Amino acid sequence: MSRRELLGWGLGLVALLGLALLPRWIEGDYVLSLLISVLMYSVLATAWALFSGPTRYISLATVAFFGVGAYCTAVLGEVLPWAGVLAVALVVGVVMALIVGLATLRLSGVYFVIFSFGLAELTKQLFTWYEVNITKDIGRYVFVDVTQQDIYWQLLALLALVLGLRALINRTRLGLALRVIGEDETVAVHVGINTTVVKVLLFALSAAFITVAGAIMAPRWTYIDPSIAFAPTISFQTLIMALLGGPGALLGPVLGAVPLVLLFEYLSASFPNHFSILLGLVFMVIVYLVPNGLVGLLRRKGGGR
Amino acid sequence: MSAPLLQLKQVTRRFGGLVAVNQLDLELRAGEVLGLLGPNGSGKTTAMNLISGALPCSAGQIHFLGQEISQFKSHQIARLGVARTFQLVRVLGGMSGLENVEAGLAFRPHGLHGAAARQRAQALLERVGLGDQADTPAGDLTYIDQKRLELARALALEPRLLLLDEWLAGLNPTELQQGITLIRSLREEGLTIMLVEHVMEAVHALCTRCVVMNAGIKIADGPTREVLADPHVIKAYLGEDDSDETAAEVVHA
Repeated sequence: MSRRELLGWGLGLVALLGLALLPRWIEGDYVLSLLISVLMYSVLATAWALFSGPTRYISLATVAFFGVGAYCTAVLGEVLPWAGVLAVALVVGVVMALIVGLATLRLSGVYFVIFSFGLAELTKQLFTWYEVNITKDIGRYVFVDVTQQDIYWQLLALLALVLGLRALINRTRLGLALRVIGEDETVAVHVGINTTVVKVLLFALSAAFITVAGAIMAPRWTYIDPSIAFAPTISFQTLIMALLGGPGALLGPVLGAVPLVLLFEYLSASFPNHFSILLGLVFMVIVYLVPNGLVGLLRRKGGGR
Repeated sequence: MSAPLLQLKQVTRRFGGLVAVNQLDLELRAGEVLGLLGPNGSGKTTAMNLISGALPCSAGQIHFLGQEISQFKSHQIARLGVARTFQLVRVLGGMSGLENVEAGLAFRPHGLHGAAARQRAQALLERVGLGDQADTPAGDLTYIDQKRLELARALALEPRLLLLDEWLAGLNPTELQQGITLIRSLREEGLTIMLVEHVMEAVHALCTRCVVMNAGIKIADGPTREVLADPHVIKAYLGEDDSDETAAEVVHA
């Protein structure tokens, strides 16, 4: 391991420790809840970029996994211990991703984007149908004994895990395989990469983190229904945050998530009736002005690559 | 004689109503350098795509090292020892020259990764004359250098069979000579090569044997000079009524 990498891991650990102690000094629930949002989107955007960053397969299925995770908590929260709920969410997310991945990762480009969006809508409609016709009650109350601080720490741990995992993958052959696939899939197969296995594996890994994030977040809402748990804006916001920061770089998605969560928070508080319009404007501005992400911008300013 | 390295039996590929490769029989022995010739649209690149697994066969069988590979996926065929370059050059544009070659080293059997891979990749870059371009993004390289890089990536796989699809096309005379020298040195090391090529100078200089295709069908197969003098071949290239002079030009180019 080079000196630079050791420094990176060291700084990461210090940052993790600092962030873990942060709630001690925070007064009031508002700041904590804002930090939770920042962490949640940091996890989602990093997990999204784990698969989509190197392969450049744009997925809009984020909320399908996130919502399923939230429902794991809503359904099992009172039955299983908390660790059990998270374990179930993890397994469900992975199984769902394996099935979907095997069926769809043969699709390329725009077809995959459309399919992933369709998957999110389909999942939402299936849950709605079940709640309306079987349980006869569209909403559920989430009664779990989890405090805001617990949510904060669990999301922080999840973020540390997904960042650490991505850093490790980047060092391995798997990381190289992902980048080759992102550059040119035809070349990838002709140098001996089993692209299907690599893509499905990473898609499942990414989905696992997203599903667990959904399960952790559910108690914060106390009430969920399919339109909350499967809100498409969660997929879009995750995507735009990763793109703003730069999905190819390790810390890019976090770099995008922090300012945008704060901005969206400000916009939704100040202009509650026009939030969607402003959200759309922000999307367009980002795509126009920073097509290569903030990381790309910084690198260009720095003169290096 | 030993068993052929590569054997195609009645290999056929249809695209809808078009038969791009029609019942092609072909054998390639270890150490041979075979030229696959024919006019545009005669099925040469399709034949190469069938061998490398980029396209599945509609009918027929392909054997490599005595093993049937017709149903194999490209990545399996690559790991068995078939490497190729592409007619429209394909480099990994966002990655450095060194990383492009490392991609070829990492996923073969007994693949290399890390420091060993970097060392070997640098050696391969020097072999193709790109020693000082290791850190250049492949997308910024000139056309000829991208072709060189593609060859280095193919060689990184340590192939038993190298497929070159018009690798020498579009080069200026100096570059062409360098290219021919490079491929000749591979031949001298005993590498088996199949090349699709229109540059007759290269075919004469490199190929011990030639197969000519026309409209998906093999019309000639034999030693280079004999095949290029074959009236059927000349007719396929130039049409019926061309004068003997033009035909002679092709043969002796």
